[in-house]
Amino acid sequence: MYKIVSKKILNTAVTQMEIYAPLVANKALPGQFIILRVDENGERIPLTVAGVNKEKGTVKIIFQIVGATTNKLNQKIAGEFIKDFVGPLGEPTHIDEFKKVCIIGGGVGCAIAMPIAEALHNQGAEVTSIIGFRNKDLIILEDEFKSCSDSLHIMTDDGSYGTQGNVCAPLIDMLKNGEQFDMIITIGPLIMMKFVVEAARPYGTPVTVSMNPIMIDGTGMCGGCRLTLNIDGKRVTKFACVDGPDFDGYQVDFDEAMSRGRMYAEFERHAYEDSCNLFRKA
Amino acid sequence: MAINPKKHEMPTQEPAVRAHNFDEVALGYNEEIAIAEAQRCLNCKNAPCVNGCPVNIDIPNFISHIKDGDFEGAYNVISLSSSLPAVCGRVCPQENQCESKCTLGIKFEPVGIGRLERFVADWHNNNSKEQPVKPQSNGHKVAVVGSGPSGLTCAGDLAKKGYEVTVFEALHTAGGVLVYGIPEFRLPKSIVAKEVDTLKQLGVNIQTNVVIGKTLTIDELFESGFEAVFIGSGAGLPNFMGIPGESLKGVYSANEFLTRSNLMKSYLQNPDTPIMKGGKVAVVGGGNVAMDAARTALRLGAEQVYIVYRRSMDELPARKEEVEHAKEEGIIFKLLCNPTEILGYNNPDNPRDEKNGFVTGMKCIKMELGEPDEKGRRRPVPVENSEFTIDVDTVIISIGTSPNPLIKNTTDGLEVNCRGGIIVTEDGLTTRDGVYAGGDAVTGAATVISAMGAGKTAAKAIDEYLSK
Repeated sequence: MYKIVSKKILNTAVTQMEIYAPLVANKALPGQFIILRVDENGERIPLTVAGVNKEKGTVKIIFQIVGATTNKLNQKIAGEFIKDFVGPLGEPTHIDEFKKVCIIGGGVGCAIAMPIAEALHNQGAEVTSIIGFRNKDLIILEDEFKSCSDSLHIMTDDGSYGTQGNVCAPLIDMLKNGEQFDMIITIGPLIMMKFVVEAARPYGTPVTVSMNPIMIDGTGMCGGCRLTLNIDGKRVTKFACVDGPDFDGYQVDFDEAMSRGRMYAEFERHAYEDSCNLFRKA
Repeated sequence: MAINPKKHEMPTQEPAVRAHNFDEVALGYNEEIAIAEAQRCLNCKNAPCVNGCPVNIDIPNFISHIKDGDFEGAYNVISLSSSLPAVCGRVCPQENQCESKCTLGIKFEPVGIGRLERFVADWHNNNSKEQPVKPQSNGHKVAVVGSGPSGLTCAGDLAKKGYEVTVFEALHTAGGVLVYGIPEFRLPKSIVAKEVDTLKQLGVNIQTNVVIGKTLTIDELFESGFEAVFIGSGAGLPNFMGIPGESLKGVYSANEFLTRSNLMKSYLQNPDTPIMKGGKVAVVGGGNVAMDAARTALRLGAEQVYIVYRRSMDELPARKEEVEHAKEEGIIFKLLCNPTEILGYNNPDNPRDEKNGFVTGMKCIKMELGEPDEKGRRRPVPVENSEFTIDVDTVIISIGTSPNPLIKNTTDGLEVNCRGGIIVTEDGLTTRDGVYAGGDAVTGAATVISAMGAGKTAAKAIDEYLSK
């Protein structure tokens, strides 16, 4: 059992928790993920590490309440326990040699982008951050991004805060104006990451994307998280859990990944409605 | 008294009934049948059956105890060589091992050695009051990586000798392939849980949710005070075929399909973990895992389940009993047939059609057997212009697994062969001092009993190493 040390509601749909898991806290690096199970017979879900505190032995997770399991997790309060918590899994984001980087986060993806921006800032890189949300109420981690970014662009779909538009707009402006980045690192919905790649393509700026497909074990055992990369004209299968979660954005077959992500869409809709009804009754 | 030419039949659930439930198929001999079957044993002096057993159980000896009605005595004989008789009695391919050497088998059906082993183990589990006791500690600490058959065995043998053993398991439940791979209807999970409980009573510390190679490395285990390590991490990496359409929705590796059903309990009503149920299912492959996947799909409610295998019935590598059971349950065998492409739904007018990207069929080509390959098995070759399509909604790929590279990648000096198997000596010693390995992590996908045997061998070697 793993103790929930703290819980903080970041907005109506996004919650932050710190979980006591010293072995994981000791090892986890930005870009890696964990898998948790809320209770016995519960589903295993992957969540990217949003920060660690080695002294306290805690791992920070930030999750959006999108389905039955995240809904169940969100019902837990500080001091309670979750059944399983394993990690760190996957490869950390490669940030070593970069001097000038553009970080692009979308929605809850910003929770994963933030520790990467922070790590780059701490190693002296110049960090430009673009973070996008549907509206003002859904904005998370604004202060955290401010403190680790040399420049910060906040975008909202409806213009209720920051600039109206999507995250590609400021990127395209900067690239047009001759800005050179060693790397663009983007984390968020698949469709957003796909468009970031397309925006960068004419300029040839390298793009790293963070994939978060359906998976079970997270150790390379099930192959459920497989995705296809186009490498030199060849289609190559990779497992996001062990080969990723980060990949070269120009190689990823996003359309296939988006299709695979909807494999259980109907099941998930029902399970989510059931779980909502359950908690409403209770 | 004339010898009964046939093995005593194994009582089983009726095929029509069991095809819809996950309860165990084979129900086991009772005392009366067990004694009668034991009496078929000729008690040969040279006991060829013993040589057919990967761990050389003294088979005629345990069978003669059954003849005398001394079932606990029979159990004690098996225990000298095997740690998991209730498991092996159920899942060993006896027809290629002990029973293939049985003298009686020359003229008649061989003695039902596997069925007798299972009977003895179940009898012991149901009747023995003996509680395992934690032995006096000898102060030495050993780490075991993986809680499958080899790890459980190695841990048990070392614990009995007084070693302080910690088993590290990556998943949330101990048991390895016995839990995530082999379905309930073939190996009830309560049997595996009992083996794990016995280890705990012997003082073994079982740490789930620890991925060695990620959470901790082999080097860190040594730094934290372990004096020897046994790697029994299995062969968990699924192979795919590399044909078009393998990423469509509805295509699973057998590992994923079985893990969803067995470990995540997707077969329950209202499960938390989804699985595609019903429709028409094709399982590609002919091993035990393929049979398990096909029969699981059937139990989950599939209308029709095919086994698609590129060789013929004679080459089918699965355990004979499982093939028989699968046939009785209505699994359709499409033999000498190989998939070339998996086909998916695509509505050209509506890219948002919810059905887009789901499997609709599988293109196959007929095969014929050609010249024998290096292993002596006749190589299947495609018959020209013989392609045909079968309508399916789900495809399960069960063409084997490879050892997981996580540990190799994070352990300097640990060498593996070209197939990813860890290189070991006869005693299970790897290329790293104090690090031993066994089971599928060494051999690639093989049997429970050979993994168990490797765990025993390594436990003995570790004991000698640490006693120096």
